[in-house]
Amino acid sequence: MSRILAVDDSNSMREMVAYTLRAAGFDVAEAPDGAQALELAKKENFQLVLCDVNMPRMDGISLVKALRQLPNYKFTPLLMLTTESAPEKKQEGRAAGATGWLVKPFNPEQLIATINKVIG
Amino acid sequence: MSGIDLGRFHQTFFDESAEGLDAMESALLRLTPDGADLETINGIFRAAHSIKGGAATFGFSAVAGFTHLLETLLDQLRSGKRATTPEAIDVLLRSVDVLRGLLDDARAGRADDAGAAESLSVELRRLLDGPAAVAAAPTSAPLPGPAPARIGWKIHFAPHASLFASGNDPLRILRELQRLGEYRVTCAIERLPALEDCVPETCYLAWDITLRGDCPRDAVAEVFAWVEDECALGIEPLDSAPAASPTPALAPARAAVAAARSEPARSDGASIRVATEKIDSLVNLVGELVITQAMLQQLANGLDPVQHEKLFTGLSQLERNTRSIQEAVMATRMLPVDFVFSRFPRMVRDLAGKLGKQVRMLTSGEQTEIDKGVIERIADPLTHLVRNAIDHGIELPDERLAAGKDAIGTLRLSASHQGGHIVVEVADDGRGLDRARILAKASERGLAASEAMSDAEVWQLIFAPGFSTAESVTDVSGRGVGMDVVKKNIEALNGVVEISSERGRGMRVTIRLPLTLAILDGMSVAVGEEVFILPLGAVVESLQPRPEQVKRMAQQGTVVRVRNEYLPLVDLREWFGLPGTRTAAHEAIVVIVEAESRKLALQIDDLVGQQQVVIKSLEANYRRVRGVSGATILGDGRVALIVDVSAVVRLFSQPLAA
Repeated sequence: MSRILAVDDSNSMREMVAYTLRAAGFDVAEAPDGAQALELAKKENFQLVLCDVNMPRMDGISLVKALRQLPNYKFTPLLMLTTESAPEKKQEGRAAGATGWLVKPFNPEQLIATINKVIG
Repeated sequence: MSGIDLGRFHQTFFDESAEGLDAMESALLRLTPDGADLETINGIFRAAHSIKGGAATFGFSAVAGFTHLLETLLDQLRSGKRATTPEAIDVLLRSVDVLRGLLDDARAGRADDAGAAESLSVELRRLLDGPAAVAAAPTSAPLPGPAPARIGWKIHFAPHASLFASGNDPLRILRELQRLGEYRVTCAIERLPALEDCVPETCYLAWDITLRGDCPRDAVAEVFAWVEDECALGIEPLDSAPAASPTPALAPARAAVAAARSEPARSDGASIRVATEKIDSLVNLVGELVITQAMLQQLANGLDPVQHEKLFTGLSQLERNTRSIQEAVMATRMLPVDFVFSRFPRMVRDLAGKLGKQVRMLTSGEQTEIDKGVIERIADPLTHLVRNAIDHGIELPDERLAAGKDAIGTLRLSASHQGGHIVVEVADDGRGLDRARILAKASERGLAASEAMSDAEVWQLIFAPGFSTAESVTDVSGRGVGMDVVKKNIEALNGVVEISSERGRGMRVTIRLPLTLAILDGMSVAVGEEVFILPLGAVVESLQPRPEQVKRMAQQGTVVRVRNEYLPLVDLREWFGLPGTRTAAHEAIVVIVEAESRKLALQIDDLVGQQQVVIKSLEANYRRVRGVSGATILGDGRVALIVDVSAVVRLFSQPLAA
């Protein structure tokens, strides 16, 4: 079973993402900010990381950058959850090493479709 | 994938939004026009951003729409494109209010109150379009592609060598294309080096794809959205001249400058949300456990400790564990007092503005923890005290300057633990209470008042129902409902209110509260067959009076003289109408109790001991009884009533002569 790390400081969004992914048969770990996500990611190998952009302590862009420095996450799909459809935010994410993004609002079906696209 | 009901996340969304709005509000209040701190603005932006994302996801479009405007303004402040003007702060604060309303509506399933939101939206838009904005209009949506060719597409896809490093897999992209129509692919292997030169992390391959089918160009481009700046990509309509011009890459990426932002520590990671009812039921169960443990202890007292040594060891262990679990469970109900304090900066700002006063609010001890039930019930009294302080206490700037004070008044809110109590204080450096005016007002209202009264007694007069010395009724306070309600609320919590005041220097209201509502430190006393509990905090001393200390007075019944004070003597047996013959006071025991700065002597048969009791509401289980504040279950299973000392004192005593 693929193990996914869901990172979002918004409890409702994170719960929604985690619940949806679990219902689709994925194994999900959760973190409320980039710093805690990074700690979790160092302890085990997730097959995919899904993270919010705006977060306290460590934002999504910095998290992606930090993850890409880890040998185990060199090629792991790292997706950003973002409401910023503004191109410069996406570029910033891409430059940091993000695989892609999912623009909020999205519904559970879109989320699963995107995840399946990457690791299905 | 279907059948996920988003409704299950609504409660969490509302809760976190409420927290987010509180955080926004307090951050906005910290913002000053000149020293706009980037961290603070970032925090506000993040809160708004989260609410917007959640609202859009969970389908609260009014909230999402409004937050979007708010976010746009915040983004301009954040990026320095707009100065943090008082006007902007003001609009943002009002936006917080509007959002609270919209969220309440959404929570209650009501139609949105479009009025307030709409008018503020207009204001926000006006501000956004205003001259202060250096920003150009938001970039318009990307240009639509050429009219869709319905035959198909010829696609050239040559990833950069570094594609894998972004976690993207060309195979995934090819598979996705396959879903769009009839698909043929050829792989270009020109770049593939000899095997021994291959670096497995590098992408050497390129592909040419013919996709036949009725699909719009956007759908094809969408497949490559994540990699468009990491490949050479050509998408040409089929049957058109294959002018091999790969689409130019989009505008060059702006240099990514995402320095890790350090954030103020927030302790949210390691907590879970639990419904209050669950905790309440836990508290109740622990109460029962305490009673059962006490009962076992009492039963064991009849046994021989030597013969039953192991049982005794077990029982004392049980006692320790019970106490620990009780403390631990109580701790789960504790919240920092900041929960109430945090609402005041906003209120103080608005009030002071309305009254033309300048007020600086200082708080201390915000992290002091109090039982949630107590917190909820001191919010109103505290609000009243803060209002009073600003309305009646703190003077207008001119007046203050004339009195040689700082034009800015100071309001201090503090909380601290003192012994088994929590002490909350509201202090101002305003004009203080006017002794003469209070006395005049009191006699006008027919209250017992005299020049001979001590200051403390005079200050107690303002707690009389309907007492107000405000010269004019402002719309802030001074409608005459007030201090009596404050006092009643605090006493309902087994708390005490005290006032100290100095003319021209200010006044301080001190509220002393028990740490929790569920447990009381009590003194158990016996009257005949019955046991009563006196709140330990109210007990001053106990004594056996000599016959000459007890006197019958014509008007006031019996009094007992203790160190030159004559205290009314109340026989609990008589007061509760218990059977048995009345004992003379000098053969019984007298407990001196104090409440509301007044003392009283209670006659009982015997002192049983000091113990913590779990308070059971009499009102909830039976009905309200005058002179009784609750009941508890004793170790032997009997019910003991808890004496409401304030009520008894009020009934029997006159204010003490100084």
